[in-house]
Amino acid sequence: MDFITILSIFVLACFVGYFVVWSVTPALHTPLMSVTNAISSVIVVGALIAAAAAGSTGSKWLGLAAVVMASINIFGGFAVTARMLAMYKKKERR
Amino acid sequence: MHEVAHTPAWVMLAYLFAGVCFILALRGLSSPESSRSGNRLGILGMVVAVGTTLAYYRPVTAVGGTDLVSDLDATLFAEILAAIAIGAVIGVVTARRIAMTAMPQLVAAFHSLVGLAAVCVGAAAYLNPAAFGIAEASGLIHPGSRVEMGLGVAIGAITFSGSVIAFLKLNGNMSGKPIMLPGRHVINLGTLAAILILIGYFVSDEAPWVFFTVMGLSFAIGFLLIIPIGGADMPVVVSMLNSYSGWAAAAMGFTLQNSAMIITGALVGSSGAILSYIMCRAMNRNFISVIAGGFGGGDAAA
Repeated sequence: MDFITILSIFVLACFVGYFVVWSVTPALHTPLMSVTNAISSVIVVGALIAAAAAGSTGSKWLGLAAVVMASINIFGGFAVTARMLAMYKKKERR
Repeated sequence: MHEVAHTPAWVMLAYLFAGVCFILALRGLSSPESSRSGNRLGILGMVVAVGTTLAYYRPVTAVGGTDLVSDLDATLFAEILAAIAIGAVIGVVTARRIAMTAMPQLVAAFHSLVGLAAVCVGAAAYLNPAAFGIAEASGLIHPGSRVEMGLGVAIGAITFSGSVIAFLKLNGNMSGKPIMLPGRHVINLGTLAAILILIGYFVSDEAPWVFFTVMGLSFAIGFLLIIPIGGADMPVVVSMLNSYSGWAAAAMGFTLQNSAMIITGALVGSSGAILSYIMCRAMNRNFISVIAGGFGGGDAAA
């Protein structure tokens, strides 16, 4: 991919992000923040590439450390969001 | 143009699918009816992104090996799976045990991990550029990649140290009162300018001191930016740091030419920024004064 293609993808994704959350209900601010946090752990992709790359021990361990940190965030982030949403649903029923 | 080894179409399509899942996840979380399916779509997207990466960027024993099974570096692959498992256990246990009232600081703690992970990935790419396909024939890192790498590490480091302070303030380990350093705006602007100048200089000289000074200064500025912000404004700050973690992922995505990281990073970056703006408005606070720290600290109604 050349730089312009990547830049186009980036700019369009920025606009999608801009428009997608405007209508959020105030009660959902914290769950939305927490799911966004979980999604930002996409950095795990870079961490996996770094861990698997051959040629440097230092880089491999940095990659593995990053995989652990990002995984905490993935599993913790989605689990915590699910917990918050479950609570929200109970409140609605009452 | 720096060209990384051609990524096959199925990998690009899988990343695109993951990106669409994340968009729908954010959209889903905007209203109560669709929120739970939104969360599930987020999980699906992450599974696809991680699965694709594990399959395509699997560790191989011989460079250039194409045979899926025989060339697999089984030890390293097991180590990677173990790393994911360790993270999974810590993450799930923390998420289950934490009190509902401690949610904001938990999210802040999670952000700091994303920031630190971005710094680690940046440092790994700096130490081993050839493996990431960003080295030129001379062995030096491509100048364009240096800028992207420098920005990614800087934003990641700011996210990390900023989130640590936000966590300490929300968790009560640190006073929620704004800490106003004299001349803080001058210090902050000076540090930011120094970071940007050094990233610019990094293009002409990829010496380790430049890289690590950028990293160190960024850790410092993350700390300096958040200490003058009062405890009541912290939820907005956490959301803002969320946005930073997205930008850090996107910058690393530019470095690695990885569309999953670019799409998702940009999505998280811009939606996080908008969410913090919306939260500010809901709290009747001025967005700029919260983010710049302590302009309106005296009249915090909450």
